[in-house]
Amino acid sequence: MSEQEYYVPEGTYWPIIGSIGVSTLFVGFANQMHGVEWGGSVMALGFAIMVFMMFGWFGQVVNESTNGIYNKQVDRSFRWGMSWFIFSEVMFFAAFFGALFYARQLSVPWLGGADNNIYTPDLWNAFSASWHQMAFMAPGSVTDTVLQSGTVMSFPTVPATGIETATPAMVVDPWGLPALNTALLLASGVTLTFAHHALRAGHRNQIVGWLVATIALGAAFLGFQIMEYGHAYHDGLKLTSGIYGSTFYMLTGFHGFHVTVGVIMLTVILYRVQKGHFNADNHFGFEGVAWYWHFVDVVWLGLFVFVYWL
Amino acid sequence: MTTATASHDDHHHGPEKGLMRWVKTTNHKDIGSLYMWFAFTMLLIGGAFAMGIRAELLQPGLQLMEPQFFNQLTTMHGLIMVFGAIMPAFVGLGNWLIPMMVGAPDMALPRMNNWSFWILPFAGGILLSTFFMEGGAPAFGWTFYAPLSTTFAPDSTDFFIFAVHLLGFSSIMGAINIIATVLNMRAPEMKLMDMPLFVWTWLITSFLLIGAMPVLAGAVTMMLTDRNFGTAFFDATGGGDPVLFQHIFWFFGHPEVYIMILPAFGVVSHIIPTFARKPLFGYSSMVYATASIAFLSYIVWAHHMFLTGMPVAGELYFMYATMLIAVPTGVKVFNWISTMWRGSMTFETPMLWAVSFVFLFTIGGFSGLMLGIAPADIQYHDTYFVVAHFHYVLVTGALWSIIAAVFYWLPKWTGKMYNEKLGKVHFWWAMISVNVLFFPQHFLGLAGMPRRIPDYSLQFADFNLISSLGGFAFGASFILLTYIVIDCVRNGKPASARPWSSAKGLEWTLEPKAQYHSFNTPPSRALIEAESQNS
Amino acid sequence: MRLRINEMKGIYLFGGFMKRLTTLLSALVAMMSTNVFAEYGLNMTEGVTSISHDIYDLHMMVFWVCVVIAVVVFGAMFYSVFAHRKSKGAVAAQFHESTKAELVWTIVPVIILVGMAIPASKVLIDLEDTTKAEMSVKITGHQWKWQYDYPEEGISFISNLAQSHKDVVTGTDADREAVGNYLLEVDKHLVLPVDTSIRFLITSNDVIHNWWVPAFGVKQDANPGFINDAWAKVDEIGTYRGQCAELCGKDHGFMPIVVDVVSKADYAKWVSEQQAAAAAAVASATKTWSKDELMAQGESVYNTNCAGCHKKDGSGMPPVFPAMKGSPIANGAAADHMDIVLNGKGAMPLFKMLGDADLAAVITYERNAFGNTGSVVQPSDVKSAR
Ligand code: HEA
Ligand code: HEA
Ligand code: HEC
Ligand code: CUA
Ligand SMILES: [Cu+2]
Repeated sequence: MSEQEYYVPEGTYWPIIGSIGVSTLFVGFANQMHGVEWGGSVMALGFAIMVFMMFGWFGQVVNESTNGIYNKQVDRSFRWGMSWFIFSEVMFFAAFFGALFYARQLSVPWLGGADNNIYTPDLWNAFSASWHQMAFMAPGSVTDTVLQSGTVMSFPTVPATGIETATPAMVVDPWGLPALNTALLLASGVTLTFAHHALRAGHRNQIVGWLVATIALGAAFLGFQIMEYGHAYHDGLKLTSGIYGSTFYMLTGFHGFHVTVGVIMLTVILYRVQKGHFNADNHFGFEGVAWYWHFVDVVWLGLFVFVYWL
Repeated sequence: MTTATASHDDHHHGPEKGLMRWVKTTNHKDIGSLYMWFAFTMLLIGGAFAMGIRAELLQPGLQLMEPQFFNQLTTMHGLIMVFGAIMPAFVGLGNWLIPMMVGAPDMALPRMNNWSFWILPFAGGILLSTFFMEGGAPAFGWTFYAPLSTTFAPDSTDFFIFAVHLLGFSSIMGAINIIATVLNMRAPEMKLMDMPLFVWTWLITSFLLIGAMPVLAGAVTMMLTDRNFGTAFFDATGGGDPVLFQHIFWFFGHPEVYIMILPAFGVVSHIIPTFARKPLFGYSSMVYATASIAFLSYIVWAHHMFLTGMPVAGELYFMYATMLIAVPTGVKVFNWISTMWRGSMTFETPMLWAVSFVFLFTIGGFSGLMLGIAPADIQYHDTYFVVAHFHYVLVTGALWSIIAAVFYWLPKWTGKMYNEKLGKVHFWWAMISVNVLFFPQHFLGLAGMPRRIPDYSLQFADFNLISSLGGFAFGASFILLTYIVIDCVRNGKPASARPWSSAKGLEWTLEPKAQYHSFNTPPSRALIEAESQNS
Repeated sequence: MRLRINEMKGIYLFGGFMKRLTTLLSALVAMMSTNVFAEYGLNMTEGVTSISHDIYDLHMMVFWVCVVIAVVVFGAMFYSVFAHRKSKGAVAAQFHESTKAELVWTIVPVIILVGMAIPASKVLIDLEDTTKAEMSVKITGHQWKWQYDYPEEGISFISNLAQSHKDVVTGTDADREAVGNYLLEVDKHLVLPVDTSIRFLITSNDVIHNWWVPAFGVKQDANPGFINDAWAKVDEIGTYRGQCAELCGKDHGFMPIVVDVVSKADYAKWVSEQQAAAAAAVASATKTWSKDELMAQGESVYNTNCAGCHKKDGSGMPPVFPAMKGSPIANGAAADHMDIVLNGKGAMPLFKMLGDADLAAVITYERNAFGNTGSVVQPSDVKSAR
């Protein structure tokens, strides 16, 4: 196809199927959380519809691509799309990193009386404001408060939130599994780059080798991550362990979820490489996934530094 | 399923027939129309809620509803107007206009474009369905501050959370599409500084959307886990902080309000030069001002939080940064006025809306600046003064520009002319009633009436009465608007390709009713230059 | 949907409406001739503290600056709209750039803004500095009432919207005029000495509230788990009213604030009265009450503290607020009943701050009103359950 002509696809059912799927998924999930019997099954149905939609939609795009229907302009549109999609993911993680920094640098010290919160500790009698190992008092209990004047007064002021918060009993050591995982992910970035070079040079066997290595590294990362969660839970660091547990699990959890998605995408790419979908100068599918993988890598570095190390 | 065979002929074929055309469509005009009708429906629903609010506030006492239901109306009114009416309306305008303005046949990612739209009715449906759930609809304000929205909210809140997730997906996909369209589908001969301002403002808005919406998704996700999985982001008993929620929300929320005004600036920058018969004054400073506003909008969020107990240094910083936004916004206002200056003006309906936009939006801007003065915000915060401020920028700003745009481009969309006389009648009706509706709210706020209350002390009675009467009159004006638009579509007289003789822009070079796929071959350099606003 | 329309009120609605409309119209006419600004509350209060004066001055300064800019900007615009129109034969000029003009209208606003920022910063720094306070009052927001504690004096009480006002929210206009200060009256006023620098320590027990008294220029969020502070030194003896200014749920519109500022002597007298009353309450808690006494006292405690959620007739607002009528807890073991009232649960606030006698009374009332058949609870039981 020539450069001057534009490409506009036909009408499609996939988006509406996707909308039905994602709504079903969410409605099921909400009901599941509220203890409704059928919640789980509806959720599974929604998930199945989403999988069906993705197979169908991506399958169609792959078909069109391998049939040479797309031109360079379409390729560029995909690139713009993928890069800004990744940027939106960056901002999603930024919200959670923001929460981490805020809690560490501001709200926890404030609870301990820092800055303009000199009176705040009056609400808490058993609280020590140190990151990781904060001691909490049971919610809803009464504190005997010593105010400036030295008079002891009873103030029922701790919010009765009903959330059970337990003090985290452990801190994950960054130089054990996390360091190993860092090495694994960094290595996977390198192997993926090798695969890309091989693709550009047209060495099919090398591509497959490097891709398999990348997938293996990613899977190993996930395995160790699960192991680490097991240890942490066993030793008393839970999602419910106050703000440290919350930020720890939400950040590493969302990252782990992205690695999982990345591994699945790499596997699809491996399959497509074997099908001969890509050639040396036309392989956006490969590159898009590679960008995503590198993004996941970079997020991990942020996690390693700010969640585990510092 | 059809496999797209993008043979040459596809470009010339028309739309499919029947209902499925709208479900399956990948055409930017179809999708634009879907967006516009969806937004209009939501405007009526959100407006009906507002009528409920104004009816309860007509006089002191509780006449019509329980306080809890009042709070649900307020919350859903805000949410539906922001996420259901204004934002989709601008995306609809973007869909309709951007490909035509940059000389492209369609959007860059048409299938995804369809999905961006078709998520919306589902999200809106889930959101509205909460009214019928146990515990009722969200009643914690459109800003859903924790812990009122976490520990103290009913189960239906989780449906609200997912609805917000869906709305976020939709907006992010829409924004990505616009970026790809502007940067990649633009006619090869069109330089960035040839682009019409509506395209510029939308491009910049897209960056706001992609930066802000995921943060909102993060905020509601934290809400979800705080509510259901025992995390403690917003709970001091676990070392978190309810104010953290506000920071995350407003990091999204402030860019959000500029998301709703930048495209409006774009629209007005088209209409004023057309009817002043004079080129837009200061094209490039308009572009730079828009970009500065967008940048600043990311670093002023905590001006909504002056009373949360931030350290003084924080308050000072956010006050200064907020005040700074007046400068680039002022540049825009001055440029519009300079465009009118020594023009040869006529006042067809779109121009009436555009001129009154400049007037009323600026009033809203002034009250914004007053709110930005941190110590004074102590007396303004959470009163009707704030309500007056944001309705001046949102209703007589964002909504005004949307109505202006509809009148301005309706001939291009339908190939027909609306009834000019009725258009003018409608304008004056709306213009007068909207001021009766919102101006007295300044006084209410200064006199001390808090917002989000269903009943009030007697000294607020008179201005509330005036405001409600204005509200009903303004609400009724939408019946006329609906009639004018439908009358135009059905019975309008045929319009010429360029119904506004001095209008510039590639869209006017298309057929009177723009063809299904706008530009099959890119426009030439000469044409682009002739139609550029920057010349 | 819980939209409840009352037909009778529909009629009244119309009647009251016409009446108000006519008074309003005549008032508008009056406004044009005389200055009735004060009566109609067109502007911000100047207040009675140095902060509120400063804020008022800032507000007026910024307002007038905006007015001046508006006159210039809109003046130019409307001149152009009237003079440069085609129907008047105006021919369009073609200029579309002027670096000089653009520089001017970038720099001049910056200068104006700096001029505003300087006094604003001064006021801000002053009002955030609570170190000069001579006494502290702790203010705790609860859904939907305020709790006031005087740590030094050992006084603590709850302040609710006055019952007479609750009774007329669905009444007629005349009822509302009769109660005076409609919705701005509470059962127990906060009492403060004049000419004394007071530090307010503001927090919350549940959601975010905001303690606002316009005349003091004090408005501060009450965040659960944190204590914010603010200060005021009131110059004039008087009664000042305010409202909660942060959406805090159903009855956000019904948690007013009333402050009596009194002379230092009166304040001292008030303090000793309160202390004596507190001692009496402790004493009464040690005696054994009759069931009738408990029920009578319990009804009033219930109506002030509990009826907001569980409703006067005990029907509640299920599913969020359970009914007391037939409640398994109110008809079950007294220990569980005392536990939930003392310590709260989920959206049910704790009520530890009430005295033993009041708690015993309200619990007994709940257990025996609305057709319930529970046991009688004595203050001593509550004391040991604490
Ligand atoms: C389209 C939406 C929109 C827009 C454009 C704006 C514009 C501005 N807003 Fe507004 N705002 C809202 C929507 C918007 N706002 C909403 C929805 C809320 C409430 C949210 C909620 O709580 O529910 C809000 C609330 C809000 C607050 C919080 C109030 C409170 O809760 O206490 C503040 C405080 O600083 C503020 C400030 C401003 C400022 C400084 C601008 C500036 O951008 C205005 C700049 C414009 C001008 C100043 C006029 C033109 C300029 C000139 C003619 C130049 C010369 C002028 C000078 C030198 C003075 N806004
Ligand atoms: C984004 C845009 C937007 C728009 C367009 C509007 C439009 C209107 N808004 Fe609102 N509003 C908000 C955004 C918007 N608003 C937000 C964000 C809030 C804050 C919410 C919160 O506190 O959480 C708010 C809050 C808000 C309040 C404060 C509520 C409170 O604090 O308790 C009030 C009160 O008067 C109000 C009124 C109105 C009115 C009368 C209109 C009118 O302009 C509406 C006109 C439209 C119609 C009326 C519909 C069309 C006509 C029909 C359906 C048929 C005719 C019907 C009749 C005449 C009955 N709005
Ligand atoms: C802010 C609203 C609110 C107020 C005020 C309130 N309650 Fe409750 N109450 C609740 C809610 C919500 C529950 C349900 C708690 C749960 O089970 O999670 C509840 C539950 C109860 C129960 C248990 C009922 C059952 O069958 O489960 C009792 C008893 C009770 N409240 C007594 C009181 C008393 C006594 C007062 C006043 C002194 C009071 N409540 C004031 C909201 C309130
Ligand atoms: Cu308490 Cu609003
Ligand atoms: Cu803002």
